[in-house]
Amino acid sequence: MQIYLPIAEMSVNVFVILAVGGGIGFLSGLFGAGGGFLLTPLLIFLGVPPAVAVGTGTNQIVASSVSGALAQWRRGNVDLRMGLILILGGLVGSGLGVLLFHWLRRLGHIDLVISASYVVLLGGIGGLMVTESVRELLRRRAGGGTEPIARRHARGWIDRLPLKVRFRRSHLYISALLPALVGIAVGVISAIMGVGGGFVLVPAMIYLLGMPTAVVMGTSLFQIVFVTANATFLHATVNHTVDVVLALVLVLGGAIGAQFGVRVGARLKGEHLRVLLGLLVLAVAVKLLIDLLVPPTEPFSLAATIGAAR
Amino acid sequence: MRCSRLALLVFAGLVALTPLPSSARATAEEPLVVDLSRHLVEITTGFSGTDLLLFGATDPGGGTESADVVVVVSGPAEAQTIRRKDSVAGLWINSGSARIEGAPAFFRVASTRPLEQVASSALLQRLGIGLDQRNLDIRVEDDGSDAVAYRAALMRLMRARGQYDDRIATIARPGRRLFRTEIHFPATVPVGIYKVEIHLINQGRLIGTQETPLAVDRVGLGAAIHDFAYRQSGLYGLAAVVLAACTGWLAAWLFRKG
Repeated sequence: MQIYLPIAEMSVNVFVILAVGGGIGFLSGLFGAGGGFLLTPLLIFLGVPPAVAVGTGTNQIVASSVSGALAQWRRGNVDLRMGLILILGGLVGSGLGVLLFHWLRRLGHIDLVISASYVVLLGGIGGLMVTESVRELLRRRAGGGTEPIARRHARGWIDRLPLKVRFRRSHLYISALLPALVGIAVGVISAIMGVGGGFVLVPAMIYLLGMPTAVVMGTSLFQIVFVTANATFLHATVNHTVDVVLALVLVLGGAIGAQFGVRVGARLKGEHLRVLLGLLVLAVAVKLLIDLLVPPTEPFSLAATIGAAR
Repeated sequence: MRCSRLALLVFAGLVALTPLPSSARATAEEPLVVDLSRHLVEITTGFSGTDLLLFGATDPGGGTESADVVVVVSGPAEAQTIRRKDSVAGLWINSGSARIEGAPAFFRVASTRPLEQVASSALLQRLGIGLDQRNLDIRVEDDGSDAVAYRAALMRLMRARGQYDDRIATIARPGRRLFRTEIHFPATVPVGIYKVEIHLINQGRLIGTQETPLAVDRVGLGAAIHDFAYRQSGLYGLAAVVLAACTGWLAAWLFRKG
């Protein structure tokens, strides 16, 4: 069944889009990552103009994150205080990111920056997650038992930062500046790459802030809801690149997928989840790296006219 | 008898065309009468491409029974930017671009016979039949390529999108004076005001030309959403966020109950 997308100005098969939304929603519920790093490339692959893929992608992530965040909230897995500080940072960061995006576009290097940041960030984080989690699993198999995560090591300078706040859900007493900076960094990345930023946020919360994995999923989804809502609004007003028809179909598939994701995720061990997410992130990075390295069959491309001033 | 039938056709054509702004100037002296089955291609929510029927008749006088009919459908001309990837330090990245003006967003040609048998290339070029002959304004900003390569790339890319078609569609001539052809518009057809030109060419000489208007536009829900998104983008953005949040909340609620 074909449906015409009024902003993307193209006709697509409803069931293909439903399946894409369902798959992304499942991952979002499973990992706590919004899945935007997969959704945007997938939509572009289906022929959606890149600008519309980015704008509509953020809109879909709003819905799947609301759905996932509510499910986590009921399980008591959201650290509200931590979430609010991350959101404040995220709003500042996405504003900075939009400015950076315009500056890079004027210089004519935005395509390269997007590709390179995908490869470097996804490759680095994916590699880190896989090696870390595999080491943890091997140690456990060797009979060492669950080792408490070595949070208290090597954070001398972090412990000396001012504005210390107690985060009861996360069992942390750290400076509020730390999550604020994480939020800003994720906001910048999210605006430039057109993603929710969960794949950066989740590892940052685990390894940098030292939050327990269970709270990380809920709190990251909570932050992503507000940052992507802001991004959707900016894309709709500044660029006219949010296609609500496309988003609604993606959301319908995604909302269902997210619920299954949360259920499956609850049955899997944290280390297994991290290996799976790490492998997925690595796979996308490798695919994008190949695209950069292999000579394209068609070196020419039509620049999208949608989203440009008319 | 023949004359009166032609007059009837002329009248039918006039009636069909009068309400439209730039209707074909079909008068009794014209050697050519044409019309389209519809003058508006409506892009609805379920739009997946459509066919239009173009039909007409030629004047029996002046030995035009063997004359050729050539139909040119061209979409609105929009400026296009084409980028070229090149290897820079081992990475394939966009390193050059060209801005092309004067290229139609959509292009189709139909003819009763192969074009090279219909007219000289000079006449074809003068009439704008075929894209190879068309004058394009190509401004290249690329040290590694030239306008010829960018022009060829534009043709390839537009063909891949279904907006251009190399193949010349056939025009059927069921009678000595009647002709008809189907024009296909794919799902990717760009919106805008189109130009449909019908040339009557006899033994390499242009006898007459008719033009009939055609519009491609969004209608219904799709049109409403598009207008809303461009005219009240702030409200539209808010609506998009609220809609997404509500759907997500609804799904979470449904699954808690279920």
